[in-house]
Amino acid sequence: MINIEEVFETTNMISHDNLDVRTVTMGISLFDCISDNLDVTCERIEAKLRRCAGNLASTADQIAAEFGIPIINKRISITPISLIGASCCKKPEDYVRICVLLDRTAKDLGISFLGGFSAIVSKGITPSDRLLMEALPEALAKTDVICASVNVGSTKTGINMDAVKMMGEIIKKAAYETRDNDCMGCAKLVVLCNAPDDNPFMAGAFLGVTQPDVVINVGVSGPGVVKAALDKCHGKDFQVLCDTIKKTAFKITRVGQMVAQEAAKRLGVQFGIIDLSLAPTPAIGDSVADIIEAMGIEKCGAPGTTAALALLNDQVKKGGVMASSYVGGLSGAFIPVSEDAGMIAAAECGCLTIEKLEAMTCVCSVGLDMIAIPGTTSAATISGIIADEAAIGMINQKTTAVRILPVEGKGVGDSIELGGLLGRAPIMPVNNYSCEEFISRGGSIPAPIHSFKN
Amino acid sequence: MDKTVISVIGKDTTGIIARISTYAYHHNVNILDIAQTIRMGIFNMMMIVDTNNMDISYEEFASQMKAMSDEIGVEIRCQKEEIFNMMHRI
Repeated sequence: MINIEEVFETTNMISHDNLDVRTVTMGISLFDCISDNLDVTCERIEAKLRRCAGNLASTADQIAAEFGIPIINKRISITPISLIGASCCKKPEDYVRICVLLDRTAKDLGISFLGGFSAIVSKGITPSDRLLMEALPEALAKTDVICASVNVGSTKTGINMDAVKMMGEIIKKAAYETRDNDCMGCAKLVVLCNAPDDNPFMAGAFLGVTQPDVVINVGVSGPGVVKAALDKCHGKDFQVLCDTIKKTAFKITRVGQMVAQEAAKRLGVQFGIIDLSLAPTPAIGDSVADIIEAMGIEKCGAPGTTAALALLNDQVKKGGVMASSYVGGLSGAFIPVSEDAGMIAAAECGCLTIEKLEAMTCVCSVGLDMIAIPGTTSAATISGIIADEAAIGMINQKTTAVRILPVEGKGVGDSIELGGLLGRAPIMPVNNYSCEEFISRGGSIPAPIHSFKN
Repeated sequence: MDKTVISVIGKDTTGIIARISTYAYHHNVNILDIAQTIRMGIFNMMMIVDTNNMDISYEEFASQMKAMSDEIGVEIRCQKEEIFNMMHRI
């Protein structure tokens, strides 16, 4: 039987170290909503979301109350909308209409975010993909809880540089359309390479074509718990450090596994995956940067940071895989600058730069995330940043992403308040030497040699 | 068996266990195990109870415990046992 030490270890993790289940995400396939009439498609989408996710929020709240574990977000991921609207959407405004419908329905259902206003254009852009991409700035400005993503490359296909170029311009437009709202549109838009089909985390969540009709995916969290465990390991060697992270990751993931199984059972749908992630929040003590600093780095971004993050990411996976039968999604440590109090502090004092963050994305999930840059940054430079990240993902067979906010009217030294889990972002300096000619070449970067594995 | 763990943490005061166990008794909740310790002056208590034959809903039981927690000035949590088994047992 369980003993008192174990009980208080668990309750302490929840009440003092911010242990929570970050998200219970219901994946819903919308293939059965396709029609050649926009009205009919919209009706079918709304009906299916209500039918499948009507009880999602209440069920998650019930599980949270019974097990005493906070479940922060209840989310939905859907089939990439550019596939669903291909025959009924004739102009970008048609996609905006679908986005507004999704937003209204998600809010009615008590959903915190809905992801999947997405296009997968790794090898080429279909007319439908193009319409959705063109609709993005307006769609994101007119909605609150819809997350959009565009997958511009993969190890198997290479990088679609036409899409990379377009996304630089679209991010600029999205920032402009939401200039009175701290460029919120860009906080809900991510550009990915090697996007996974089963990601429960925003803004990159969508339900890929390989997935079942309805599925529950769960994202765990817990940087505060790892930090608290590491605080007891100062001066110990790497073996102790690694063991401590592994054991803690195991415990965190087991809670996620339990919540996922319970939610799937109660909602009568298939359990998909657990995403083993350390997802920070702006709350003090819930920071991935703090973990890196607890390992012995004075400030996140200092030399040694990439190695510390690589170790952390790997040990989280090693501890986590044993705790769950099905692991997927992004699985790793997240480094979103605005959502992590330690990252914000490191960026503000100049220790953490975009170049260092880029190096860090080579060894963790996911990419340059929630980074505010000056509004004067050119679209080509943003495309260059996207291309660099996509190249890291393509060559290293991992997911990478860019969620970047070129903040209109602000420069280095300013910051923006996004609020809630999105936090506060200091404007970070960008290398402004031009990459215009490179980005404007047209076409795509071919798949790397190691993709030919057959 | 549907087991729930009631954990209490806070300043030691008279009657904490008495009040929880009386409430449990009135609602047909059987106490299976109980352990307590004082750590750095803070009272820690854990009670494992069988809620199978409880005559009220789990939500009501938990909210009553929450009310009691506010009244006594200690932190009382009710959590189904599975969360501890999942976390601490392979």
